[in-house]
This record gives sequence, C-alpha cells and structure tokens, in this order.
Amino acid sequence: MSGFLFSLLWLLTALAAAPLLLGVINRTKAWFAGRTGQPLLQLYYDLWKLLHKGAVYSRTTTWVFRAGPIVGLASVLVAAALTPFGGAPALLAFPCDLILFAYLLGLLRFFTILAALDTGSAFEGMGASREATFSALAEPALLLGLAVVAHKTGSVSLSGMFSGDAVSAWAHAGPAILLVAGALLIVLLAENARIPVDDPNTHLELTMIHEVMVLDHGGPDFALILYTSALKLWVLGALLVNVLLPARTGFLLFDGAVALAAMFGLAVGVGVIESIMARLRLLRVPQLLVSAGALAGLAMFLVLR
Amino acid sequence: MNTSIDLVMVCLVLSNLMLVGSSRIAVCIRFVALQGVLLGLLPLALHHWLLAGASIAIKGTVFPWLLFRAMREANVRREVEPYVGFSTSLMIGVAALGISSWIASRLPPLAPSISPMILPVALFTMITGLFLIVSRRQALTQVIGYLALENGVFAFGLGLVREAPVIVEMGILLDIFVAVFVMGITIFHISREFDQIDTEQLTALKDTPS
Repeated sequence: MSGFLFSLLWLLTALAAAPLLLGVINRTKAWFAGRTGQPLLQLYYDLWKLLHKGAVYSRTTTWVFRAGPIVGLASVLVAAALTPFGGAPALLAFPCDLILFAYLLGLLRFFTILAALDTGSAFEGMGASREATFSALAEPALLLGLAVVAHKTGSVSLSGMFSGDAVSAWAHAGPAILLVAGALLIVLLAENARIPVDDPNTHLELTMIHEVMVLDHGGPDFALILYTSALKLWVLGALLVNVLLPARTGFLLFDGAVALAAMFGLAVGVGVIESIMARLRLLRVPQLLVSAGALAGLAMFLVLR
Repeated sequence: MNTSIDLVMVCLVLSNLMLVGSSRIAVCIRFVALQGVLLGLLPLALHHWLLAGASIAIKGTVFPWLLFRAMREANVRREVEPYVGFSTSLMIGVAALGISSWIASRLPPLAPSISPMILPVALFTMITGLFLIVSRRQALTQVIGYLALENGVFAFGLGLVREAPVIVEMGILLDIFVAVFVMGITIFHISREFDQIDTEQLTALKDTPS
C-alpha cells in the first residue's frame, strides 16, 4: 500500500517539477556564460501565459494538427506513469512494459511529425525529416540499453528492473552499467533536442530540428508542447538516474529524495555539456547516435558472454 | 583483479571503436598508443615485468612520437575521404565485435587464460586493424591499422599461452619497432616526393619516360 502511495507521490512530483528541470539547465548555462539568466520558474510563467492565449489555426490544417499536442501529452503522461522512481515501483507496471515505454515516446514523436507535416510548411517538413532520421537511430540504442538491464536483472518490466532487490544482480557489472548509462545519456540529449544534436535556443529554421516542427503551434497548443517536452526530459532523465544510482537503502522516502537530487544534478550536467560543447554538424549527428548504439551493443556483449 | 582486467578489455574495445570512427589522425595515434599501454598492463597480471615495461615504453611513447613526427612532416591532419564512411565504419565495427565473439565461442576452449574475454577482444582488435588497412586512403592511417593488428596479435598471444614465451614476444616487439620506424621514414620520403601520402595516387605510379 505504501508502495502505491509513493508511486503516486513521485508521479505527481514529476508532473509538478518537470519544467523546473529546464530552468536548472538554463541557469547553469547562464552561470557558465556569466549571465544572470532567466528565473528558475520561467517555464511555469510561460506555460501560464500561453494557456491564457487563444489559438490560431491555419485553414490548410486538419484535425491531425490539433490532435498532435494532445496525443503527445497523453503518451508522455502514460510513459511517466510507467517510469519507476527512487526504488518505488511505477504506478503502471506489467511484464514487457519497456517496449510500451519506447513506443509511447515513438507515438509522441510520430504525432509531432504528423502535425508538422500537416501544416504544409517547407521548413517544418525539413525538421520532421531530421527528427525521423535521428530518432530512428536513437531508438536501437535505447532498446538495446534497456535489454542489457533486463538481461542482467532477469526482469522485463521497468519497475522490476529498477526496484530494490534486483539491484544486487547488476552491482557487479560495473563496466556494462557505465556503457548503458553513456548510451542513455546520448539518447536523452538527442531525444530532448539538447546541444550536441540540436540547439534549443537557435532561431534559424534551417538548422533547427525540434523547434522548427512546432513553429505553427500557438497558445494552449504550444503550452502543451512545452510541457510535453519538459516531461519527456524528466522521464528519460529518471531512466538514466535509475541506471546510474543502483544503491538502495530500502527507505523509499530517502531513496526518492536521493533520486530527486540526482535528477537536478543531471540537469546541471546537461547544462555543463551544453556550455562546453559546440553543436555537432548535422552530418556528424548520425555518427554520435550510432556510437550510442555501439556503446549499448558493447554492454550487451559484456553481459551475454 | 578480475574487474580491472575486464575494465582493460572494455577500454580496448572502446579504443577500437574510436579508431574506426574517428577521422582525425592525431586522435587515432593517441588511441592506438592508449591501446598499447593497456595491453602492456596485461602482462603485469602474469608478472612479466620486462615485457610489460618494454611494451609500454615502445607502444606508449616511441610509436606515438614517431607517428606524430611523420604526421607533422607529411602535413596531414585528417583522413578526408576514406573508402568506407565513418558511420558505416562504426556499424561494421559493432558487427565485427559480434562476429569475433561468435568465432571465439566456436574455438576449442583454451587453457585458463587471464580473462575469458581476451579471445574475442583480440580477434576484434585484429579485424579492426585489417579493416583500417583496407578502408583508409592515407598511408599514416594504414600504419595505425597495422599497429592495431599487431596489438590484436599481442593480445592473442597473451590469451593463448599462460607461460608466455617472453623472448618470442620481445622479438615481435622488435620487429614491429623496426617496421614502424621504416614506415615512418617511408612516409616521410613519399610525402617529400609526391606532396601527399594518399595511397590512391600511388597505384597510378609509372616510370616517367626520360
């Protein structure tokens, strides 16, 4: 029973604190650049402002364009409900839910791409094609990494893989876990359009990937999209924290607090990566993603031998 | 002890993938040197101090120095147009890792060696070296491939025989040293004569009619 309460608590925390993660990233980048930076809660203000605006729809768009943000938010909400946090099981858990997890993210991406193509804008089509290419390369890395953890723990459910007693099964596989974490970090950066892959602050349509696809969304729709991407960052970050922090004390509240601190540590890490790295040329991005797949494949080789 | 050997193995595999996926020759030289040092650490587990010391000294310091010198003199910085692109090379590298572990599992089991992973990793290093030699244009990168190939042979020898015949390994090390020395000089001469070390150009060499 208390496990269920904790699952609910961590899900609500994720829903409430996800936009804060982006605030932390932005403050870290500002600190590196010597700026004061935007307020930590800027995304909350933005969401509030956008929700009070009206939406404008082009006459060339169809229902797909309007459905895009809603389906996206719905799928990432289910993905958040599938993600265990801090040793507590997830709200939803069943065998093989990691496949559902991967494809919920796929569904989100699919509808973002469809909505972008629905506008008929050339730039959005370009962004959509890039997003499709890069995510097709990132997906094997994600699934292979999860498969490594599944093989090591003998459980095919996300909650089973990251809950208390399964941890001892992969405490010995240090190198493999580090490789999986590296692969997942690259996937996280690519999926959330962070710097080595995509620059969230760029304002040139020719080089944007994720941002260019949502140019035509306005008002509440854009608020949903911003919130969806914040939540997606939280979900993938939680996965990475689960892999990296296998030490569990058994006190769910304490473990959860540690995982929460690790999430914000991860946000600072992403901010540092964005500050010290330049964005890769578009042609080099597939190489980065393939190397993430190679890391996961090597981890697979380590656990299978 | 066992986990540190595993760590060395993982670093070897990663350095192979870096060699295959990197276009900068300086990076390749550093990683093949790192590979040499890592391999030099392995005989320490078998208490062959002489072999370890010689291997680290030659592969970790002398070879990089020679290769960097050749790179400066030939004035090449990166592998511009390899026959196989870098992303494809990485995928081929991962496939080679799978193939080498399959081959290693088919081979008859060895006498207890320092790590069960030594055989697939050694095969993978050899395949990587061969692949670099056939898929790159610059003579310098091909020398790096040759060094990786030799690293694989060295690892194979370490895995195969517990009582490694030190004298044989030292002989191989000497051979390699001479080979790289000669190759360095050759690269220097080729680049002075033809202003480049792209081997594609060398296939069209002819005696100039006098």
